[in-house]
Amino acid sequence: MTNVKVHSVAKTYGTTPVLSDITTEFPEGSFTSLLGPSGSGKTTLLRIIAGFIKPDQGVVTIGNNDVTDIPVWGRNIGMMFQSYALFPHMTIAQNVAFGLERRGIKGAAARKEVDRALEMVRLPGFGSRTPKQLSGGQQQRVALARAIVIKPSVLLLDEPLSALDRRLRQEMQVELLRIQRESGLTTIFVTHDQEEALTLSDKVAILDKGRIVQIGEPEDVYERPLTRFAAEFLGDSNFLTGTVDNGAVRLADGTVVRTTSTLPTSGSKVTLAVRPEKMSIVSGPTDDNSLTARITTVIYAGPVLSYMLETADGLPLKLFAQNRDGKVLSDGDTITLSWAPEHTVPVGD
Amino acid sequence: MKPLGRIYLVAILIFLYTPILVMMAMGFNASPLYELPFSFSLQWYEALWSNTVLLTAGLNSIVIAAITAVLATALGTMASVALSRRTFRGRSFLQLMLLPPIAIPWLITGTAMLIFFYWSGIGRGMHALLIGHVALAIPYVVLVVGTGFRTIRADLEEAAMSLGSTPVHAFFSVTLPLLYPSILGAALFAFAVSLDQFVISYFLATPGYTTLPVQIYSSIRKGFTPEINAISTVLLLGSMTVILIFARFAKPGDTRDKR
Ligand SMILES: Nc1ncnc2c1ncn2[C@@H]1O[C@H](COP(=O)(O)OP(=O)(O)OP(=O)(O)O)[C@@H](O)[C@H]1O
Ligand SMILES: [Mg+2]
Repeated sequence: MTNVKVHSVAKTYGTTPVLSDITTEFPEGSFTSLLGPSGSGKTTLLRIIAGFIKPDQGVVTIGNNDVTDIPVWGRNIGMMFQSYALFPHMTIAQNVAFGLERRGIKGAAARKEVDRALEMVRLPGFGSRTPKQLSGGQQQRVALARAIVIKPSVLLLDEPLSALDRRLRQEMQVELLRIQRESGLTTIFVTHDQEEALTLSDKVAILDKGRIVQIGEPEDVYERPLTRFAAEFLGDSNFLTGTVDNGAVRLADGTVVRTTSTLPTSGSKVTLAVRPEKMSIVSGPTDDNSLTARITTVIYAGPVLSYMLETADGLPLKLFAQNRDGKVLSDGDTITLSWAPEHTVPVGD
Repeated sequence: MKPLGRIYLVAILIFLYTPILVMMAMGFNASPLYELPFSFSLQWYEALWSNTVLLTAGLNSIVIAAITAVLATALGTMASVALSRRTFRGRSFLQLMLLPPIAIPWLITGTAMLIFFYWSGIGRGMHALLIGHVALAIPYVVLVVGTGFRTIRADLEEAAMSLGSTPVHAFFSVTLPLLYPSILGAALFAFAVSLDQFVISYFLATPGYTTLPVQIYSSIRKGFTPEINAISTVLLLGSMTVILIFARFAKPGDTRDKR
């Protein structure tokens, strides 16, 4: 159990900066997801923390030790790979014991640790099998057992579940979270999947073009995105642009939109983000923010209805409604929608 | 389709093995002129036993092939490690340049070697044969071991390193055991390339130090004797045993995924 810090870490391949000036902290025992589009530098950051890649500049600390110049084999990390990376010429027990042996733990002591780790991933008695005799999900568990049996300072996972089918993936998510909680390992988890990031993590870090654009608790990041990118990447969002006027925002068509968040000075341009599920269709006048729009498409998905809308100005909007009364509005209808000022979040670009 | 396929396969095997079987049988035929009817005799084997020229050449061939196999496999495997696991300037160029020697006619390679060895003072003889054979076998080794490398994922070594292995330990504990069948196959290939070699050996051998193919060639020019059949049979059985042992243990063509 250790906290991990990266300070001013940067990495450039050729002339393209892959990571620029990353400074962040992964608190002891926390589960942090690195979320971002392909090529945003997630793997690179993880591999710098692991010690596979040397950063061009910056410092990595694990616990209180500066490990920047220590190679991967000296860092005591647990790593899980997307392809499991089990040693095919060794039994499951030999696979799990590999790291123990490197630490001088052998014989009965090693066997005890191996058995305990296999029990933790719910594969007791699988020790004498070979990786080939296991299913994908089981191999994944062995890989996890192998990574945690050495009591690493930090557990690093690079999209470990992406090769599994949906059902198995959800099962492994639960399992992973249980084991992380039981072991109290500081965990850094790379994923493409925003739902996975939200459900598993204590903290979510959103990466874009080699920078962490926002890091925080899932609720924080989702409810109060800092940038347009963060709002769009994590979940869905509507964007309204206007000018700050007297503590509120005036849109191009003159509509005044209020927010509880702090706004820049009067006269400046501002973009507001509003989540589609925060908007609702109203029949009468309202004190909240409101707009009129025409329905262009209705997507019926059972419990949830998605309405694609367009304002008179041609601004596209999305609205998610609970299917409470079974009444579905149709294309072409004009509606009034409203949302609360506290769900109106000014975002940077 | 199935019986047809089997007939086809049997036809190929008959086509391949008939000349060899006839050659072997004639070593046991009493007639020096390969005449029928067949009458069983071991006289050619007895003659071979006292034919020191042929025997020495056969022994030379095996010694050269064995040393070539060891050297070419060691050097070629190391080259393969570098080409497969390291990135450096000119890597793809080097990789590419390893292939043409396989396609260059041996007559040309042999002439070039003879001229170069003469010019550089290396000359001819056993050492020259060894240098020539090793140089000839290395591209095959790199090719075979390189193919083996491609079936081994690089993240296995990374996994070992994450568990505390130095790169050297990761190589010896993970990659090498998985590469072992390929290396064995490559060694066999190198051995065969050397044992088979005639053209280059012919150029680089001296009257005092020659290999079996060269010796057989000069014997044939003086006239056929079934002793040649006898030594060919011995050599053939020897190399077939080696290959079958290899096939039994290394299971070439094993398509299991080596993740
Ligand atoms: N060894 C390398 N040489 C050159 N460029 C590289 C190298 N490794 C990564 N890159 C580049 O760095 C950028 C970030 O790569 P990285 O693998 O960290 O992205 P990622 O966020 O993990 O993406 P993905 O979600 O697709 O896995 C990419 O544009 C990639 O092309
Ligand atoms: Mg990646």
